[in-house]
Amino acid sequence: MSTETTVAEVKKPAEALLSKRRKKLISDPLVDDNPITIQVLGICSALAVTTQLQPTLVMAISVIFVIVMANLTISLMRNTIPTRVRIIVQLAVVATLVTLVSEFLKAFAFDMYKELSVFVGLIITNCIVMGRLEAFALGNKPYDSILDGFGSALGYSWIILAVAFFRELLGSGSVFGVPVYDTLAGFIGDDFSFATNGLMVSPVGAFIILGLIIWVQRTKTGYVEH
Amino acid sequence: MELFNLGIKSIFIDNMVFAYFLGMCSFLAVSKKVSTALGLGAAVIFVLTVTTPTNWLLNEFVLKEGALAWLGDSFATIDLSFLRFIMFIAIIAAMVQLVEMVVEKFAPALYGALGIFLPLIAVNCAILGGSLFMAQRDYTLAEATVYGFGSGTGFFLAIIALAAIREKLKYSNVPNGLKGLGITMLLTGLMGIAFMSFMGIDL
Repeated sequence: MSTETTVAEVKKPAEALLSKRRKKLISDPLVDDNPITIQVLGICSALAVTTQLQPTLVMAISVIFVIVMANLTISLMRNTIPTRVRIIVQLAVVATLVTLVSEFLKAFAFDMYKELSVFVGLIITNCIVMGRLEAFALGNKPYDSILDGFGSALGYSWIILAVAFFRELLGSGSVFGVPVYDTLAGFIGDDFSFATNGLMVSPVGAFIILGLIIWVQRTKTGYVEH
Repeated sequence: MELFNLGIKSIFIDNMVFAYFLGMCSFLAVSKKVSTALGLGAAVIFVLTVTTPTNWLLNEFVLKEGALAWLGDSFATIDLSFLRFIMFIAIIAAMVQLVEMVVEKFAPALYGALGIFLPLIAVNCAILGGSLFMAQRDYTLAEATVYGFGSGTGFFLAIIALAAIREKLKYSNVPNGLKGLGITMLLTGLMGIAFMSFMGIDL
């Protein structure tokens, strides 16, 4: 009898570090519940930096950092924040984190800081950050909040990286600054050429590429908006 | 004349939505009906016109390098510009609250129309973006005010145009995957091409 009770006691505590439910927190926002293509959040600051892959990658990493840390901080404070002032508290936490990112870039990657200009600051008003804080971090434990933030940020990141890939390839003929068409011309022969599309570099290209990505992605998942 | 040019430029050429992608979230979410789009657009014009000059004053007399010189010589070398984000967003959130209270007291009808949109605006990227651009481009106070009003008007025009198109779009047969966000993105792209025709104008 006594052995049985101990077994029951051992079973109870501590969910696995990466249990099924927790894996879902990360994997859901990647495709089925993607923050950009399904929830329509965070488009604001995302598109402006996607003309080239490199600044987009920096942006993606900054957003991952900000969302994860903000989720963790708010989740730790969730029982002490009065509901009436929670928006101000959230803004203060997010603005502090974004200031950290901005100062870090200024110190270690000044060219990138110049290139991203105001868009680093605009992570503050990225709706994904506020959305995750409101919808998840205010009501869940720190570790789950970290996973949830990480998943959402990844879902955001892969979409903006995909947009940047097509825009850079079609607009400037390169990938990560490596001139693809010129290299291909070196292998195939000099008569190989491909005109770059100026529209892709302009904001219009971003809207159209994102529209098409949403179309492909929603057709695959079968999500229909009414 | 300079100011007039800046106003025209910020409405059409440097349009918040089509040139800088700012305020996209509310642009997409609140453009289903013309009447609500009208309310949000008006609120954005209002808040941008108020917050941009306020943040200009804050930046000029507190945050900028050497801005604290009016306190005495020993303060002349202080550079607080790293506090820009947190101060700007605090001012914006406070101003939005203030505007909300004033409107509620003195123009209840307007409050009824704008009501739900005002608090939303605190986290609209167009508002913070306007202030950050203002700081980056070293505008004067008059320029900052005109810029705030102009970029607000640009957003207003864009969201109303999109809402009008989306109202008509209800009657067309859109492929399932494109319904909603997808077709709106493509539409915004096409509208962006139309707005690109202003680009050649040099003011």
